[in-house]
Amino acid sequence: MFKIVNKKVLNPTVVLMDIEAPLVARKAEPGQFIILRVDSEGERIPLTIAGFDREKGLVTIIFQIVGATTEILSHKNVGESIQDFVGPLGVATETENLKSVCVVGGGVGCAIAFPVAKKLFEQGTEVTSIIGFRNKDLIILEDEFKANSSEFVTMTDDGSYGRQGNVCVPLEELLASGKHFDRIIAIGPLIMMKFVVQTAKKYNVPCTVSMNPIMIDGTGMCGGCRLTVGGKTKFACVDGPDFDGYEVDFDEAMERSGMYRDFEKHAYDKACNLFNKEVK
Amino acid sequence: MPEIPNMKMEKNPMPSQDAKVRAHNFDEVALGYDEATALDEAKRCLNCVNMPCAHGCPVRIRIPEFISKIKALDFEGAYQVIADSSSLPAVCGRVCPQESQCEAKCVRGIKGEPVGIGRLERFVADWHLAHSTEHTTCAEPNGMKVAVIGSGPSGLTCAGDLAKKGYKVTIFEALHRAGGVLVYGIPEFRLPKAIVDKEVENLKNMGVDIETNVVIGKTITIDELFDDGYDAVFIGSGAGLPRFMGIPGESFNGVYSANEFLTRSNLMKSYVDCPVTPIMKGGKVAVVGGGNVAMDAARTALRLGAEKVYIIYRRSMEELPARHEEVEHAMEEGIEFKLLNNPVEILGYRNENDKRDPRNGFVTGIKCIKMELGEPDENGRRRPVELAGSEFEIAVDTVIMSIGTSPNPLIKQTTEGLDTNSHGGIIVEEATGKTSRDGVYAGGDAVTGAATVISAMGAGKVGAQAIHEYLSLKVKK
Repeated sequence: MFKIVNKKVLNPTVVLMDIEAPLVARKAEPGQFIILRVDSEGERIPLTIAGFDREKGLVTIIFQIVGATTEILSHKNVGESIQDFVGPLGVATETENLKSVCVVGGGVGCAIAFPVAKKLFEQGTEVTSIIGFRNKDLIILEDEFKANSSEFVTMTDDGSYGRQGNVCVPLEELLASGKHFDRIIAIGPLIMMKFVVQTAKKYNVPCTVSMNPIMIDGTGMCGGCRLTVGGKTKFACVDGPDFDGYEVDFDEAMERSGMYRDFEKHAYDKACNLFNKEVK
Repeated sequence: MPEIPNMKMEKNPMPSQDAKVRAHNFDEVALGYDEATALDEAKRCLNCVNMPCAHGCPVRIRIPEFISKIKALDFEGAYQVIADSSSLPAVCGRVCPQESQCEAKCVRGIKGEPVGIGRLERFVADWHLAHSTEHTTCAEPNGMKVAVIGSGPSGLTCAGDLAKKGYKVTIFEALHRAGGVLVYGIPEFRLPKAIVDKEVENLKNMGVDIETNVVIGKTITIDELFDDGYDAVFIGSGAGLPRFMGIPGESFNGVYSANEFLTRSNLMKSYVDCPVTPIMKGGKVAVVGGGNVAMDAARTALRLGAEKVYIIYRRSMEELPARHEEVEHAMEEGIEFKLLNNPVEILGYRNENDKRDPRNGFVTGIKCIKMELGEPDENGRRRPVELAGSEFEIAVDTVIMSIGTSPNPLIKQTTEGLDTNSHGGIIVEEATGKTSRDGVYAGGDAVTGAATVISAMGAGKVGAQAIHEYLSLKVKK
């Protein structure tokens, strides 16, 4: 069992938890993920690591309540435990030899983008962070990004905070003005990453994306997390989750992510009923 | 006076659930012999002095000896004979391909059916589980620690043998539950999970620790295991990434690897009434492949409510590698075998006028080409050759690819000096399971690629013996 030692509600649908998992904390690197099961009957879900404290043996996860499992998890409190927590899985984000990087985060993807920005900033890389949200109420980790970036922009779709528009707007402005990046690292919804890659391509800047497909075991056994990258079948759990954005077939990944949409909706509604909560 | 053998030509049939009933439930299909049937079957054994059957067994169970004990109604004695050689009798009695091993060598098979050795093994093992209170005895602790990676058949066997010799064994399991392929791969209707749990419980009673949720190569590396004081390591990490055919359409929704489909159903219990892990149920299903895993996937799909299930296999019935009993069961249950056919494309739905159509990207069918058998290949199996222009389509909603796996890459990636072959399998000395790293042994699918439970068990035994010899020598030095 893995104890929840800290819990913070970051916005109405996003929760942060610090989990006691010393073996995972010892090895975790930005870009890697864990698989958890909330209880003995639960499903296995992957969550990318949002932070870690090796000395205290803690791993931070930040998750959006999008389905039954995350709903149930969000009702767990400090002092309670979750059944299974395994990792760190996947390959860490490559950060070596990068002098200037633009980190683009979208929505809850910022939770994963943040440790990458922090690691880059701490190693002396010039970090430009662009984070985007649908509206002001959904903003997370703004102060944390600010403290770990040389340049920083917050975007909202509706203009309720920061600049209005999507993350590609300031990215394109920077690139058009001649700003040089060794690499763009984009983490967020598939559609956002797809458009960031298109922008990056226009200016010929390498772009890494973090993929989050449906997974079960997460250890290279089931093959459920497969993606087409550069025309070849790749497995996000052992080959990723980071991939060269130029090569990823995003349209296929979007279709695959919707494979169980009806089931998930139904399970979520049921979980919400269990907690007497209205589904928004 | 010597007993007169039962000269009946046929084996006593295995009592089974009716095919029409069992096609809709996940309860075990084969129900097992009762005492009278077991006794009658045991009497068919001629007790050959040279034990040809035992030579067909990968772990050399002294088969005539255990069958003699059945004849003498000493069922626990029979169990002990089997347990001398096999760590998982209740499992092997159910899943071993006896017809190509022990029973293939049985003298009775020359003129009729061989003795039902597998059925007798299962009877004895089940009798033991139901009646015996005896615990396996272990030698005094010798103070040495061995790490076993993976809790599948090779890992469980290796751990059991070493614990008996007095080693402190810890099994590291990546998943949340112990048993490896016995829990995620083989379905309940063929191997009830309660039996696997009992075997695991038995190991724990022998003092073996099982650490779930630890991925060796990620959470802990092999080098760190030695740093933590382990004296030797056995790698039984099992089958890895599933193979796909590389044909168009394999990314459509509704295309599974058999590993994924079976893991969802077996490990994650997608077959229960209100599952938490989804699986595509119902409709028409095509399973590509002809091994035991393909049969398991097909029969699982049927039980999940498929209206029609096809097995698509590129060779003929003769070359089908699955156990005979599974093929027979599958046919009885109404699974249709499309033999000498090979998929060339998986077809999917695409509404060009509406990109948001929720059916976009879902499987609608599979296009196959007819095959004929040509010249034998290097393994002596006749090579299937495409019949030009014979393509045809079958309408299906789900396609399950069951064409093998390649060994798990995680340990290889993080263990320096561990040599692997071009397929990613760990290279070992066959007689010992010794790898290129000192103190590291390996066996099972991690070495051979997809094979059988019994061959993995055999490799676990070999590894345990070799580790024992290695550590005994080390102590003397």
